[in-house]
Amino acid sequence: MNLVVLVAWTHVRSRIRQTLVGVLGVATGVGFSVMMAALMEGSQRDFIAQLVDSLPHISVSDERRSPPVQPAEIAFGAAEIRGQITPALRPGIKNPYAIMASLESWLPGSVAPSVQARAVISFSGRDTAASVIGIDAKREPNVSKLVTQIRGGSLDNLYKASNAIVLGDGLAKKMGARVGNSVTVTAGNGRSISATVVALYHSGVSQIDDSQSYTLIKTAQILAGQTGLVNEIRVKIKDAMQSREIAARIEAETGYKSMSWQEAHEDLLSAFKIRDFIMYTVVEAILLVASFGTYNIISTITHEKTRDIAIMKSLGLRAATVRQIFVLESVLIGLAGMAIGWVLGLALSWGMEQITIRSPYMDSTHLPIFYSPYHYLLAGGVALLASVIAGYFPARKAASVQPVDIIRGAS
Amino acid sequence: MSDEPPLLEVRNVTRIIDGEVPTTLVADVNLTVRSGEFVAITGPSGSGKSSLLYLLGLLDVPTSGEVLILGRAASKLSEDTRADLRLATLGFVFQFHFLLPEFSALENVMLPMRAAHRLSEADMKTRALDLLTSLGLGDHARKRPDQLSGGQRQRVAIARALANDPSVILADEPTGNLDTASSDQVLGILRSLVATKAADGRGRAVVIVTHDLDLAARTDRRIHVVDGRIASDERVEPGPTRI
Repeated sequence: MNLVVLVAWTHVRSRIRQTLVGVLGVATGVGFSVMMAALMEGSQRDFIAQLVDSLPHISVSDERRSPPVQPAEIAFGAAEIRGQITPALRPGIKNPYAIMASLESWLPGSVAPSVQARAVISFSGRDTAASVIGIDAKREPNVSKLVTQIRGGSLDNLYKASNAIVLGDGLAKKMGARVGNSVTVTAGNGRSISATVVALYHSGVSQIDDSQSYTLIKTAQILAGQTGLVNEIRVKIKDAMQSREIAARIEAETGYKSMSWQEAHEDLLSAFKIRDFIMYTVVEAILLVASFGTYNIISTITHEKTRDIAIMKSLGLRAATVRQIFVLESVLIGLAGMAIGWVLGLALSWGMEQITIRSPYMDSTHLPIFYSPYHYLLAGGVALLASVIAGYFPARKAASVQPVDIIRGAS
Repeated sequence: MSDEPPLLEVRNVTRIIDGEVPTTLVADVNLTVRSGEFVAITGPSGSGKSSLLYLLGLLDVPTSGEVLILGRAASKLSEDTRADLRLATLGFVFQFHFLLPEFSALENVMLPMRAAHRLSEADMKTRALDLLTSLGLGDHARKRPDQLSGGQRQRVAIARALANDPSVILADEPTGNLDTASSDQVLGILRSLVATKAADGRGRAVVIVTHDLDLAARTDRRIHVVDGRIASDERVEPGPTRI
């Protein structure tokens, strides 16, 4: 066996109690870091998942980011047209079904059309402003969670009445309407229809539950007074994280404004960055504290071993060799701590996952834990690095021992 | 043989320790040790005899003057080069056995061989066992130092000093902690080494430091040091190779 490895291994093995304390220090650091990271990232992903699932991943709307270029500007270089705005009246997406068919041909996900209208819903003399969203009840389940949020009925009931409407449960409560009641829906342009409440839904977001209702596309088109109108194509991507790139491609292909959920929630994503920063700071602080333990142990060993160091140097070992011995001891402690820490982290994460949170307002859930090899590599890597640094300083001191000083003192 | 450089040569060496009151350990010493010599450096406590040995062993660097090992000037060499030179050409035996407590006798003897990287694991083991056996410790190779008697430990230390087949063995009070029987044995071993040759055909020399005049009387050359200076240098009995 290599000299450095042999001596280092013998030292840590013969001081098993000290070594164990050091190993446990690092292991605790790594374990809790891993658990923290798993919990932080788990809760973040859980939050994003809920956020993302409540919205389409990408919304292709009939707006444009900038006014279309005018033919005069193309024809004459000197022409400049000012004061243009994007049209106020929603023109609808042209050929929506052709666009959807072309998107479906390459998108890794699903698409569904919708029509949006503002309306006042009246029931038993009470008027409430609400938005009416016309949907394709067959396609809708592919892009949103609406179908799972339906209470007291089903989404297919929309087909069972000539003018059917699904109200948010908050909206229904405000008006005192129940399933089976007939409400009057009046659009901003004065058109009015009578619709039957066929189901309620509860999304958990009160802002939505209090103000949104769903009808079939056809019904919403009648309200808007525009036949064939489709305002928005909603897209759900298999991997939500790709939404930004795919939205850019849709926009390039169709010319319509495609907003990914990331773009719609830039503020939240930047808040997550701050959260990440806090998490990594805490994780590294834990590991730093653990490395002080390692420093202490290597310091003690080098102090106790001053005589042995002097002997080895007098025999002809180089200072660098002595340094390597003690750095390696520190690394051995770090490695063992890392391995045990990984197991501890896995166990702690698993234990956390078993904790159930019960709340009267929502379904009971487990603590969200996200298992990622990246967390383990990060915690292990930082722990190892800290061990090397913690071992280096006592090792450097050990290597500078002058054998003659020690031998002279001993004899 | 006369064209071969001396194993050890000390030219005008002075060693002063800095401090509020600088202390002169060794003052203007000249000394030559050739192969086949069995030398005792004697002197009262604090006379500088151990300091002289550390200078000879490249453990310490002279304030002025030059130390030559096998004709090679060593004082200006880097610490690493001096360490390499110690490893390859010098063997130390100290008053305290100075064995590493966690390692068996065998591992202690193998330690300098491992540092030298010259032999395979199996060859190192064979050589270490041979050395221990030749010193009567074949049965104790697996024991740790705390399981051995004082005399046995000192013999393990001698085996370790011989690990890399050195030209010069330097011993600082090698029998200082031993009873009479063990002392005789250790001295006998050191004397027998003088007659042996290293694997490269070069002769060996043994230099011991002692305050025990009876012990010194059994060597071939006695150098008496007083106040860091050589007071007398007498050859009692001609060594195997004459100057």
